[in-house]
Amino acid sequence: MTRMAVSVEAEVLAALSTVLDPELDEPVTELGFVRSVAIDDEGVEVHLRLPTSFCAPNFAYLMVADAYDALAAVPGAGRVRVLLDDHHDSGKINAGTAAGLGYVGTFGVEAENSLDELRRTFQRKAHLAAMERCCRSVLASGAWTVEELPLLELFDLPEGRLKSALMRRREAIGLPNHSHARVMVDHDGTPVARSDVALRLRLATTTRVSIEGNAHFCRGLLATRYAGVDPAGSAPVVTNTRSHP
Amino acid sequence: MYEKDGEKYYVVDGHVHIWDGRASNHKNVHGKQFIDCFYDYHKNLSPEEVVWDYDTYTYYGAERFMKDLFGEGYVDHAIFQATLLSDFYHNGFGQTEEAFGLTRQHPDKLTYNHAYDPRHGEAGLEQLRRDAERFGLKGVKLYTAEWHGDSRGYKLDEPWSRRYLEECLELGIRNIHVHKGPTIRPLDRDAFDVADIDKVATDYLDLNFVVEHVGLPRLEDFCWIATQESNVYGGLAVAMPFIHTRPRYFAQIIGELLYWIGEDKILFGSDYALWTPKWLVEKFVDFQIPADMPEYAPITTDQKKKILGLNAAALYDLDVPRQLSLPTQAGDADAEVAAGAGAP
Repeated sequence: MTRMAVSVEAEVLAALSTVLDPELDEPVTELGFVRSVAIDDEGVEVHLRLPTSFCAPNFAYLMVADAYDALAAVPGAGRVRVLLDDHHDSGKINAGTAAGLGYVGTFGVEAENSLDELRRTFQRKAHLAAMERCCRSVLASGAWTVEELPLLELFDLPEGRLKSALMRRREAIGLPNHSHARVMVDHDGTPVARSDVALRLRLATTTRVSIEGNAHFCRGLLATRYAGVDPAGSAPVVTNTRSHP
Repeated sequence: MYEKDGEKYYVVDGHVHIWDGRASNHKNVHGKQFIDCFYDYHKNLSPEEVVWDYDTYTYYGAERFMKDLFGEGYVDHAIFQATLLSDFYHNGFGQTEEAFGLTRQHPDKLTYNHAYDPRHGEAGLEQLRRDAERFGLKGVKLYTAEWHGDSRGYKLDEPWSRRYLEECLELGIRNIHVHKGPTIRPLDRDAFDVADIDKVATDYLDLNFVVEHVGLPRLEDFCWIATQESNVYGGLAVAMPFIHTRPRYFAQIIGELLYWIGEDKILFGSDYALWTPKWLVEKFVDFQIPADMPEYAPITTDQKKKILGLNAAALYDLDVPRQLSLPTQAGDADAEVAAGAGAP
């Protein structure tokens, strides 16, 4: 195996790690949704899987389409194929994505609108949860009080995982990321009023609990569903039979 | 009735089924996928010693149902929630006739809730009137995300749905259970969205809206709505079994619910046979918020009594023996919700 080929593997996995479950706000690679990656002379073929065959087809479609786009951006990937296994709409989604039909094109009369609004809804929730984690951490440090939170700026957050997660979510919904941008804002950037701060933080907590709980649920179901065939869990099977660098 | 440490609990299981998921009843592959999905839920979230084999799970019948609920499960009264899925099963998934037959044999122990679909228009209204009389309906169970022809679901606040809700008022059907949670084939709309509950709860104050599965995976949307509406309740089916596999997560869910909607609006449900009530009741009575989660107040015995049965008993006018009731009224529609709202 050449050094170049190893690099394609790494790039393919890195590209897949940018694909998030829109609802759980976690990478499909960490959730165990990537079943296999096969790289050959023609291109890349990735198989995805989900916790049950009744996972909502709109979310399934978003992940397949996002994986396709992420892989298509990998230089030298070649022909990209993304296939969803074991889902009640596998055939439809796989054919529609391969043909570049888009969501409405894939589902025809079954889809009334594109999924942009649905995706935005969950991006906003993901932002709310990331904001809550940052606020809770500065409250726990004792440096800030709840009443002072409306004044908190990105500058005031310690560097680290929580802050970079928040920055990514802000970028996704179009919020500014300069150092003096306020942390406690609506999804449209409006600062939270001091009188609302306690209630808004509480609601953000409930959002975070809900998202985290769903992730527990999905991981558990995925493990149960594939216990017989793939007890090792989440690591995808990667094969590379490419003969050229 | 369940008794522990000298405390007695009146138990109402607010969400049970007798289903037939056997291959002989599958209309298509979705019928198999649906029962397989349920079996994965069951295997994933049940303690190992109460996991059934697959064949038992696909069909267990009335005898086992009675034993698991009333013989071993401490249940005083149970409420069937219809799950028809006529597009997936020849003879429906939930077995209407078998369930209704049992309620006739044991009217003191069982209540049957049927379903309607407002997309059936005038003919469906007529059917609802017949069903209300035959089954003596006090409640219905609705799947707003169910597919029907070209339709991908409906909203409770659409004109035809409102006509059905008004008919429920006429017929004395007070309890509208709405499935908002893991669901079947939602598509372009977010089938879990609970915003439609908000609108009709405001307009139909004499109806009680029970959001099954407490809106999971949209807990926060549900809490926000239920905080503002006096007649919105949360059914714990599917949220309950986390008490075993993810007790800290269960603590967060129940903590959030108690904070936002309060102790009078939360209803126990096993979703039998997804899970059997025996272990859920035992674990819930033993359950306490972990000490390192000071953001939630400890759960009191009275709160557990309300959640396990007294709240549902109030909604369904069940006769609770005096020694099992509380001095204060449970399931009180006027109870202040979001009692904790405003605190940090």
